[in-house]
Amino acid sequence: MAENFTVDFKGGVAKITLSGRLDTTKAPALTEELKKMIGQPVSRIVFFAKDLEYIASSGLRAIVFAKQKIGKDTKVYLIGAHDEIKDVIKMTGFDNFLITQDTYEDATNS
Amino acid sequence: MDRIDIFPTDTWGDFRLRPGKPMPFGATIVPGGVNFSVYSTGAYSCELVLFKKHEPKPHAIIPFPDKYRIGHVFAMIVFDLDYEEYEYAYRMDGPFEPSSGHRFDKTKFLMDPYAAMIGERDVWGTEPDWSNQYQHRARIVQDDFDWEGDSPKEIPMEELLIYEMHVRGFTRHESSGLKYPGTYAAIREKIPYLKKLGVNCLELMPIHEFDEFENCRKTADGRRLLNYWGYSNVGFFAPKAGYAATGKYGMQVDELKTMIKDLHKNGIEVILDVVFNHTAEGNENGPYISYKGIDNKTYYILTPDGHYYNFSGCGNTLNCNHPVVRNMILDCLRYWVVEYHVDGFRFDLAAILGRDQSGAPMHNPPLLETLAFDPILGKCKLIAEAWDAGGLYQVGSFPSWDRWAEWNGKYRDDVRKFLKGDPGMTGAISQRVAGSPDLYHWGGRGTRATINFITCHDGFTLMDMVSYNQKHNEANGENNNDGGNDNQSWNCGCEGDTTDPEILRLRHKQIKNAVTLLLVSQGVPMILSGDEFGNTQFGNNNAYCQDCEISWLDWTMLKKNKDLFEYFQKMIAFRRNHSALRSSRHFQYRDYLGSGYPDISWHGVKAWQPDFSEGSRLFAFMLCGKHARQGQEPDNMIYVAMNMHWEMHGFELPKLPAGLSWHAAVNTDMASPYDIWKPGTEPRLDNGEVLVGPRSIMILIGK
Repeated sequence: MAENFTVDFKGGVAKITLSGRLDTTKAPALTEELKKMIGQPVSRIVFFAKDLEYIASSGLRAIVFAKQKIGKDTKVYLIGAHDEIKDVIKMTGFDNFLITQDTYEDATNS
Repeated sequence: MDRIDIFPTDTWGDFRLRPGKPMPFGATIVPGGVNFSVYSTGAYSCELVLFKKHEPKPHAIIPFPDKYRIGHVFAMIVFDLDYEEYEYAYRMDGPFEPSSGHRFDKTKFLMDPYAAMIGERDVWGTEPDWSNQYQHRARIVQDDFDWEGDSPKEIPMEELLIYEMHVRGFTRHESSGLKYPGTYAAIREKIPYLKKLGVNCLELMPIHEFDEFENCRKTADGRRLLNYWGYSNVGFFAPKAGYAATGKYGMQVDELKTMIKDLHKNGIEVILDVVFNHTAEGNENGPYISYKGIDNKTYYILTPDGHYYNFSGCGNTLNCNHPVVRNMILDCLRYWVVEYHVDGFRFDLAAILGRDQSGAPMHNPPLLETLAFDPILGKCKLIAEAWDAGGLYQVGSFPSWDRWAEWNGKYRDDVRKFLKGDPGMTGAISQRVAGSPDLYHWGGRGTRATINFITCHDGFTLMDMVSYNQKHNEANGENNNDGGNDNQSWNCGCEGDTTDPEILRLRHKQIKNAVTLLLVSQGVPMILSGDEFGNTQFGNNNAYCQDCEISWLDWTMLKKNKDLFEYFQKMIAFRRNHSALRSSRHFQYRDYLGSGYPDISWHGVKAWQPDFSEGSRLFAFMLCGKHARQGQEPDNMIYVAMNMHWEMHGFELPKLPAGLSWHAAVNTDMASPYDIWKPGTEPRLDNGEVLVGPRSIMILIGK
């Protein structure tokens, strides 16, 4: 089954582009990708979510996992998510650790 | 190095298994897998049924091998289970012998009594698929919430100001102006309002998973009536998904925890209304959900021939003092305190928790004692609704060990009678304002034992209490036969809505009288949400089934009745500013500090001469500020004069020590904003008497 995300991990920055529905059929594969980063120096994980239509609890848990397991100094961004997803992030308190922005400025390239 | 106990020992199809840990019960995430543990004293065998989320048919059915059972507990670890993907159930085989209490049915899917999250009823009011054989589905919860250092607040009981609220009704009305009305998230958005009002504790009507479609029906005019209040448990450990804006994402646990964390950050505690007296399985005609098919004889109080005793009025009665059920209740309360940081519990029909396994009241009920002395519950609030539907009425006598407080129904009744001008109430009122020592002074129980309230979800709102002589429950479709008839209400001259300015003025004054009396009484005050802006249920005193404007708070009333809100707000602040109103101990009626005044004294139209006669409707009391909190936190002298007669009366004021004079702080006979004065601006009174208007209360402070 084709995954609806892509991962670009270099220079300590993981850029993950999400699309379609991130639910129980897709989230485990995403979690597996994130697990590969455990133990590596990761300064940022950036989820590009402009084309993300729906996120289920399993998808959110994958993001929590990213924050909790990869490194306490790792910053986690959610970029361009539509309002409903941003609301879920806010109502569940995930906005405490997720940096939600409309656009992402790539500090690594500057 | 990996632990040796995380390796599977057996397989079942593609599943890898290992004998589980019997404790804790429920589904627990362990290294490599999920530990499932369930007990049944009567089952021969048990199967774990795994469903893919939302799928009608099971994905896998895994029998517990005999060697996985210890005592009465079936326990199994399933490895590599993607727990976000699954819902689970049990099937149990055992005897079907109703006459001896067993009702096993191996065809039924049964929900884990310890289910921490329950799925498939994710959005409030969405008609379920009734053909689904497994309606309420246990899900597995991860413990990854970031509390950011939060813990239960442990506000002293005497400092509490409780605000009773229905999660949905508080914000569901479109006038709340919120994006996701009727949810935990919406309450979070209303925190600034709650802070402005000044309350520091929310008591939430049931938020455990219940079925709003239980006994749902349509009225003659086609409206659907639901179980809106939710006093009927499907699962004791799971929050109601339909109250979460994120329920459809399965995120209700996080949303509720986020709400509690934010309330705590803002100095507001959370008390849950818990319903351990019965479950949603009803009697022998009710559905199998969980307990009935897992261990019917253990969970319910049964007659000798196997029928359900009904002390709850709802079909069955939980067997609360069975040791196994007792432990489940204890586990449940600990879970809510540990996992959700809740600050206390109000126990619905708590008298049932003191009945033995045959239904008889016990002298020292072990469940109540266990909860009173439990280390984890050690600082949380335990509040009993000290009666049940079986006729056991224990207000003032509920077993307490100085830990249990009670909803003081006598406070409600006496204050209502006094407010509407019934004669012969001054003696009772002297007890109620003093923290009901007649009910609670024995055995060293302090004022913390009494939860003082005039209105609650059950009965008239405060506006309706002053607008209706009779209940008007026609919308409930029971020919107005439901709901209490002893409301002790008075419509002030017209039944229901009116434009008569005199009647409206009197109603507002009576509301102010009520909240004034409540907030100058010793004990723990409780306000019904919406009363602070005159919310009405249009005379319905039993709106349990009304998911509509009858129950929802109409926030346009906040503007319309701005005077009431401001009065509540200022009166709450007045209570907070005066330590003399918030003692944890009862008065001694004497001067034990050498101030020259007793800690509390009674007065009438003549100072030092109260009139407790049958015809009296006047009453005044004075608190000696030096005795406030037994001298630990001195306050002003406070004098409260209450005139519930329909004519004005003069009250002679007690003399103050040299250098002090009386100042008027509150006068409910005056129109807003002259009904309550800002601290520091109270006008000084120079004559030795005050005139208290008809049906009015004045508060003076001596400073």
